[in-house]
Amino acid sequence: MNPQDQHGRGHPRAKNRRSRVLGLLAAAITLWAGLATPLDPAPQRAEAADGRKVLTVAVAQSVDSLSPFLATRLVSTSIHRLMYEYLTNYDPKDAHAIPGLATKWTPSADKLTWTYTIRSGTKWSDGKPVTAEDAAWTFNTMMTDEGAATANASYVANFRKVTAPSPTKLVIELKKPQATMAALDVSIVPKHIWQGVTDFSKFNNDKSFPIVGNGPFVLTGYKPDSYVRLEPNKDFWRGAPKFDELVFKYYKDGDAAVAALRKGEVSFVSGLTPAQSASLENQENIKVNDAPGRRFYALATNPGARSKDGKRFGDGHESLLDEKVRHALFMAVDRETIIDKVFQGHAVEGQGYIPPRFSTYFWKPSASQELAYDPAKAAQLLDEAGYKKNGDGRRVGKNGKPITYRVLCHATEPNDKAVGQYLKEWWGRLGIGVTLNCLDNVTDPWLAGTYDLAFDGWSVNPDPDFVLSIHTCDALPATPDDVGATDNFICDKKYDDLYRRQLAEYDPAERADIVKQMESRLYDTGYMNVMAYPNAVEAYRTDQIKSIQTMPEDAGNIYGQDGYWSWWSAVPAASGESSGGSGSTGVVIGVGAGVVVLAGAGVFLAMRRRSTAEDRE
Amino acid sequence: MTADAASAPVDKAGGTALAGPPARGPRARTGASYLRYSAGKVGGAAVSLLAVLVTSFFLFRLVPGDPVKYMTGGRQVSAEQLAAYRREFGLDLPLWEQFTSYCGKALTGDLGTSYQFRAPVIDKITEALPNTLLLTGTAFVLYTALGVFLGTRSAWRHGRLGDRLNTGLALTLYSVPSFWLGLLLIIVFSVGMGPVPGLFPTGGMESGGKEGFAYTIDVAHHLVLPVVTLVAVEYGQTLLVTRSALLDEMGGDYLTTARAKGLRDDLVRRRHAVPNALLPTVTLIFVNLGRTVAGVILVETVFSWPGLGGLFYQALSVPDLPLVQGLFFVFASSVIVMNTLADLMYPLLDPRVGR
Repeated sequence: MNPQDQHGRGHPRAKNRRSRVLGLLAAAITLWAGLATPLDPAPQRAEAADGRKVLTVAVAQSVDSLSPFLATRLVSTSIHRLMYEYLTNYDPKDAHAIPGLATKWTPSADKLTWTYTIRSGTKWSDGKPVTAEDAAWTFNTMMTDEGAATANASYVANFRKVTAPSPTKLVIELKKPQATMAALDVSIVPKHIWQGVTDFSKFNNDKSFPIVGNGPFVLTGYKPDSYVRLEPNKDFWRGAPKFDELVFKYYKDGDAAVAALRKGEVSFVSGLTPAQSASLENQENIKVNDAPGRRFYALATNPGARSKDGKRFGDGHESLLDEKVRHALFMAVDRETIIDKVFQGHAVEGQGYIPPRFSTYFWKPSASQELAYDPAKAAQLLDEAGYKKNGDGRRVGKNGKPITYRVLCHATEPNDKAVGQYLKEWWGRLGIGVTLNCLDNVTDPWLAGTYDLAFDGWSVNPDPDFVLSIHTCDALPATPDDVGATDNFICDKKYDDLYRRQLAEYDPAERADIVKQMESRLYDTGYMNVMAYPNAVEAYRTDQIKSIQTMPEDAGNIYGQDGYWSWWSAVPAASGESSGGSGSTGVVIGVGAGVVVLAGAGVFLAMRRRSTAEDRE
Repeated sequence: MTADAASAPVDKAGGTALAGPPARGPRARTGASYLRYSAGKVGGAAVSLLAVLVTSFFLFRLVPGDPVKYMTGGRQVSAEQLAAYRREFGLDLPLWEQFTSYCGKALTGDLGTSYQFRAPVIDKITEALPNTLLLTGTAFVLYTALGVFLGTRSAWRHGRLGDRLNTGLALTLYSVPSFWLGLLLIIVFSVGMGPVPGLFPTGGMESGGKEGFAYTIDVAHHLVLPVVTLVAVEYGQTLLVTRSALLDEMGGDYLTTARAKGLRDDLVRRRHAVPNALLPTVTLIFVNLGRTVAGVILVETVFSWPGLGGLFYQALSVPDLPLVQGLFFVFASSVIVMNTLADLMYPLLDPRVGR
C-alpha cells in the first residue's frame, strides 16, 4: 500500500501479471456473456428438445416433508396423492367415494368392523405386488408409533385393530361407529421399503430416487424450493398419464410465476389475484379458469371463550351473547358488495357452511330463516335487544358505554382489511363502532378469546366431518391453559347431538340430511356467518395442455383437487403449437450482438490497459 | 525516492529496510502491539458471538404465535396429539430448561431439528447456504469492483459531466426497490418485450435434469438477472463511499509532489491517492461481505432463488424456533467474523490503527 513499496518492486513483472489478469478478466467477461446466453433458447417448453412432453406446474409452498407420515401441507399431500394410492378416491363429478386401492368396502351389522377388498394384481414401482398387508402395516404403524402419527393421527384415533387376513382382504375394527371410512386420506406405503425406518419423526423420504410407489406418477427428483419431478407410472391400473414428465417448479413470487406462464416456461399457475387474472384474460394461448373454491370466508363471533372444565376466559363483548345482536350484525353486511368490490367478482355469495361445490352437503337457508341484507331490520333487532342509541347516535351496552367491537383480522390478508373497512361503515350506520385489529399472527388473541369478532375461513374436504367437528363442545380446550381443536369456542348441545348422529350414520343420503340440519343449526345461532366462497383462480397454456379434468367436472378447479384427476388426465397439446417467448432468430441475433459488444469491450479494455502499461516502462 | 517517502502520509512499520541494527526492537514492539490489538478484537468477537447465541434464544420467543398451533392448523388434531407435539419439540419444559438444553447443544454444534421440515437445522442451512453465497458472492465481487472503479473515476473528475451522470445514475439505482427492478428485468429480459427477446429464465436456480458442464451453464444462465439486479442496486453505495474518501485525499500535498515528479495522472491516482483513500471502502466491503450470508430476501423471492433469505422467512412465519435461532446465529456470526477480519486488517492498511 505504501507508494514507495510499489515503486520499488520490479515493474515489468508486475505489469505483465497485471495485463495477464486483465486479459483473464476480459475472457471472464466474454465467457460470462456467453454463459448468459441460452444454448437452448426455450429450455422449459411443454416439449423438450428430445420431444418429451413436460407439464410444468408453478408452485410457491415449500414441501414440508415427502414422508406421508409427516407431510401436512397442500403441496406435499397433493404430491403424495400422485405417488401413492389411497384406499378410496373421490369421483371427479360429485366427489362421492369411488374405488382406489380398495375395490369394495362394507361395514358389519354392528357398524364396528369394516372389510375392504384390496385390488389384486397391482404392483409397486419396484415390481413387488401391492397387498392388504401393506395397508395393514401402514395403519398399524400410525397407531403404534408416535412419529408415524404426526400427520394423520385423527384417521386412526378410533381404530381398535387392523389386520390383513389375506393379500386382498383388509379388516379394520373400530371403537365406535365412524361414517368416514370411505374417506381415509392416507397414503398406503410399501411395507418392504418402509419397515426399515427407525425414526418416523425424522425420516423425510427424500434421499433416494425414484421413490417406490403405486400411484399414477413416480417421484424421480426433488430439490427443496427448486423442483419436484415425477414420471408417469406406465403400469398404473387406471391407465398411465399422458405427459412424459410432471414438474412442480418453484416460483416464490406470484407475478414472476405469471411472467413464466406468459413465456411458456410453466404450463400452469394457480392462486391468481384479480389483477393477475385480468391481465391474462385475453392473452393468446392462455386459458383462465375461474372455478368455485373449496373455502368459505366467514365472520366468526366470540360466543364467550370457555374450556371443557366449565371455566370462562377471554373478554368477548357481552352483547354478542344475544342471538338478536349477532343476527343484526350479519344482516347489516352487504354480501353482494363484498363479492363485487373486494373479490372483484371472483367469489360466490355465502349462505350455508359448506361451499356449493360439495353438492351432496351443500345447504342454503330457507326464505324464512335467511338473514338477508336488511340494515333497517338490523337496527330494529338491536332496539329490540335493548341496545338503543344514545344522544350521539351510538348504541350503548348494558354497562352504559357505547359499543365498539374489536374485529380480529389477518394482516397478511388484503381481503380482511377491505371487508373490515366496509364493516366500519355499515355497522357505523347502526351506531356501532369497529376497531380493526390486524395482526401478522392472530393465534394468541384467538386462543385467549380476547376478540369480539374475527375473520375466519376453512378449506372443506369432500367428507365434511372435520370442519363440522371444530364447532363441537368436545373440541373445546380441556382447561383455559390448553389448546383445543375448537375454531371459536362454539358449544351447542343441539349441534353436538346432530354431530354424533351423522358420524354413526352409514347411509350416505341420511347422513347428508343430518349434516344439512347441522348447517341449519349453525346458521341460526349466528356464530359463524359465511360471507363468501372465494373462487380458485388459475390459468394454463392451451398450447401445452390440450385438455385437463376439472373437479367438479363442470366448472371445477385444477390445483389441489381431491384425487389425482387433473395431472393424471392432462393431455399434451399437439407439437408445433408451442409458442411462448419469442422467435428463435431474434434470440440468436440478440445473443450474438450481446456477445460481440461485451467481447469487444473486454478486448478494448485489455488493449487499453496494456498500452498504458507499456507507456510506463 | 525521497519525494515518494515524504508523500506517504504514514510511514509503514518504521521503514523496514532502512533501519539498521536496532531494527529488531521496533519490529518486535510493533508485532507485540499488533498481537495485543488482535487478541482484543478476537476476544471481543467471541463475546459478541456468545451474546448472539443467548439473544437468539430469547429474541424469537418474543415473536407472537404458537408453533404447534400453526403446524396443526386446518387439521383434525386431538389434545393428546398437541401435547405430543409439545413434548417432541421440548416446548413443555420450563424456559430455563429449554435454554440450558439449547446452549449445551449449540456449543457442540447441534442447532436442533426444524419443526416444520423435521430435518436438522444444520442440514437445512448448509443446503441453502451455497445457493445464497453463489448469488450474493458473485454480485458482491461485481458491485464492489464496479463501485470502486467508477467511484475513483468520479472523484478524479469530480464536478464534470461524467461524475454527475455517474453519481446520479448510481443514486437512482440505489434508491430503486430491488424487487421492483427484478420484476421489471423479468418482464423485459425473461418474457421479452418489443424488440428485446426473452433471453433469461423467469426464476429458480436451474432447469433441473441437467448434469456436469450443462448444469454449470444452466445455473450461470439463471444467475444473470438476479446478479444484475443486485449489482444495480448495490454498487452505488461503494461508489459514493469511494468517491468521497478519495475527494478527501485529493487536496493532499503528497499528490502535488507526485505530479511534480512527472508521474502520469493515472499513476498518481492509482498508486498514491487510492491506497490512502481505501480505508472507508474496506470497512464497507467487509460490512457487505458479512451481509452476503444473510442473503437478500426480496431478490431471492422475486427470482425464486432457493437461498437462506427465503428459508428465514418461512422459519419466522411458524415460528420454527430452532431454524430461526440457527439462521439468526449464522447471519450474526458472519457479520461479526467479517467485522473482526476488517479490524484485523486495518493495522496492515494503516499502521496508525492499533498502536
